[in-house]
Amino acid sequence: MSQVLANLPRATEPVVSVEDLHVRFLLREATVAAINGVSFDLEAGQVLGILGESGSGKSVTLRSLMRLLPPARTRTEGRIRIAGHEITAMDETALRHVRGAKVAMIFQEPMVALDPVFTIGVQIAETIVRHEGISYSAANQRALELLEMVQIPSAARRLKSYPHEMSGGMRQRAMIALALSCRPTVLLADEPTTALDVTVQIQIILLLRQLQQELGMAVIFVTHDVGVAIEVADRIAVMYAGRFVEVGPTEKVIDTPAHPYTAALLTSTVLGSTFGRRLEAIPGTPPDLRALPAGCSFAPRCRHAQDRCRVHMPPEAVLAPGRITRCVRVADGELDLGSPNLSERSIAKP
Amino acid sequence: MEDSATLAADPAMALKRAQQGKSYWRRVWERLREDKVTLAVIAVLGMLLIMVVFAPWFTIHDPYAGSVLRRLKPVGTPGHWLGTDEVGRDLWSRMLYGGRLSLLAGVAPVFLALLIGGFLGILAGYAGGLLNSAVMRLTDVLYAFPSILLAIAITGILGAGLQNTILALTISFIPPIIRISESVTTQVRHLDFVEAARASGARRLTIMRYHILSNVLGPILVYATSLISICIILAAGLSFLGLGVTPPSAEWGLMLNNLRQGIWASPLVAALPGVMIFITSMCFNLMSDGLRQAMDVRL
Repeated sequence: MSQVLANLPRATEPVVSVEDLHVRFLLREATVAAINGVSFDLEAGQVLGILGESGSGKSVTLRSLMRLLPPARTRTEGRIRIAGHEITAMDETALRHVRGAKVAMIFQEPMVALDPVFTIGVQIAETIVRHEGISYSAANQRALELLEMVQIPSAARRLKSYPHEMSGGMRQRAMIALALSCRPTVLLADEPTTALDVTVQIQIILLLRQLQQELGMAVIFVTHDVGVAIEVADRIAVMYAGRFVEVGPTEKVIDTPAHPYTAALLTSTVLGSTFGRRLEAIPGTPPDLRALPAGCSFAPRCRHAQDRCRVHMPPEAVLAPGRITRCVRVADGELDLGSPNLSERSIAKP
Repeated sequence: MEDSATLAADPAMALKRAQQGKSYWRRVWERLREDKVTLAVIAVLGMLLIMVVFAPWFTIHDPYAGSVLRRLKPVGTPGHWLGTDEVGRDLWSRMLYGGRLSLLAGVAPVFLALLIGGFLGILAGYAGGLLNSAVMRLTDVLYAFPSILLAIAITGILGAGLQNTILALTISFIPPIIRISESVTTQVRHLDFVEAARASGARRLTIMRYHILSNVLGPILVYATSLISICIILAAGLSFLGLGVTPPSAEWGLMLNNLRQGIWASPLVAALPGVMIFITSMCFNLMSDGLRQAMDVRL
C-alpha cells in the first residue's frame, strides 16, 4: 500500500501512516492474531472508511492507532505515524499529549462513553484545560462554542446537562464535541452511528461529514454498515480476518468490487433499490483468529477458491493507483473489473 | 418543605427546575428535601446526637450514682421518669450517657473501615492483576469468619474495653467494604468512559481520582451507612457478652445485659436500652436508603 502511494505525486506528507501493523492478544490458552499486516496512508482532509464484520479487527486497528489496548496482553508490531508522531515508539507521557489533542476518538455507545456523574460542559472543559492549560472559564466558553458547532439546541443549557438527560443523538453530538475539543488533526470514529436510530444516524453522518470538511480533519471511520461507509468515506478499506482485503476509492469499490469478499458483502446487504434482487448470506463463518488458515483467510468461504488460494495469503495486488486487493485472481488478471461481480449474482430483473 | 411540594406540583415550574443546570450535591440536597421519611429520620438522629453530646444539660442525675433504696423503680417514678436500674441509678441519664459510647462504637468502626477498606478496595479494583489478587485473597481469609465471631475473637484476645471494641469491629467491617469497593470499581473501570478518558489524554491518576472515584464513592458511602446499624447492634452485643465496654460505664448493650436480671421486676425498664438500639439502627438504615435514592443521579 505504502509503496503504491509512493509512486503517486503527493503534495503533502500523509497525516496517518501505518506500515505492516500486526496485533496479537496473548490469552492464557491461545494467541489471537487480531491484525495481520495492515498498511495504509491517510492524507489530511480524507475520510477512510474501514468496513468489515464483527471481529474482523476494525476496532482493534483504531485502538492500536492510539495505543489504547491493554499493554500486558497485547503485542503490537509495525510502524504507526500520526501527525508527525512516531506512535509506536513513544512513552506514555508523550502519548498523553497526542491523545485527545492530535488524535481523538468517538465511541460507539455515547451512553457509556460519557461519564454519568459529570455534566457535558465539565467533561469538555476538562479535556481542553488538560491539553491547552487555559483557564476554566475560557474552556467553558470553548465548550459552549463546540456544542453550538455540533448543532445541539439551546447549547448553553445543555452544557449543564448530565449525559442521562440527553437523547441518544444528542449524546453522540456531545461526544463529537468532546472529541473535537482540541481541534484534532485525526479523528477516529468507532461505529459512531451503530447505537442510534436510523433517522438520527443520517444526521450524525451529515454532521461528521460537514465538520470534517470545515476543519479539514483526516477521519478514519469504522463501520459494518455498507450504506454508512458509502455516505462518509472517500476511500473504503474492506477488512477481513485482520487484513485489508480491498482498498480503493468508494465508488470503485462499491461498483466494481475486486475481492470476492467485498462482492459477497455487497450482495448480502440491503443497498439502494433491492427490488428483484436476492440478498445472499455469505456461507460459513469468519475464521478463528486463534488459528488462521495458511492460505487466503477467505478461501474457505469463497466461491472462486482454488487450490493455490489455500497455500499462502495472496499479497497486495495493485489494480489501479490507490486501488489494492488481496486476491490471486486479480493478481493474475483473471478478473475483469468491467463486469461487476454484483451482476453475476443478481437474478433476472423485472 | 411546603415550598418544594408546590414546586413539584406545578409542571411548568418543575420543568424549569429540571432544565436548570445544578451541581451534583445541590441536586442530592434537593432530592433529600423532598424525601420526608429520610428527613424525619435525619432529624431523629440529629436530636439523638445533640442529647447525647450535651447529656449533662438534659438530666439532673449522675448516671453512676446508685441507691439501694431506689432499685428497679418502674417507668413514671417521680424524679426518675424512666425508672431506675438494678443498682438504683437513674435510667434516663444512663440512657443519655450510654448513647455516647453506643454511637461512638457504632459509627467510629464503620468510618475507620470505610477509610481503610475503601482505599484498599478501590486500589485493588483499579490496579487489577496481582495487587487485586493479593488484597482480595486476604479479604477472603477474613471473610471466612462471620463478622460477629471475628469481633468476638479479637476482643477475646485483646481484652474488653471501648478501644478494643472499636478496633475489633473495624477489622471485621474492612472485608465487606473492600469487597464492595473492589467490585464497584472493577465495574466502572471497564466502562467506555474510562477508555474515552484515556483516549482524550488523561493520566492514570486523573482517571482514578476524577472518573473512578466520583462514580464509585456514592455506592460505597451508601453501603457504609447501612453498616452503621449493624455495627451498633454488634457493639451492643459485644458489651452484652461482657467483651465490650466494661461496667460501670453506661452503654446500651451493657445496660441491656445488666437489666436482664430485673426483667421480671420491671420489664419495661429492662427493655428500654433495647428500644434505643432498635430506634437508632433503624434510623441509620432508613437514612442509608434515603441517601441511596438521593445520590443516584440516574433515577
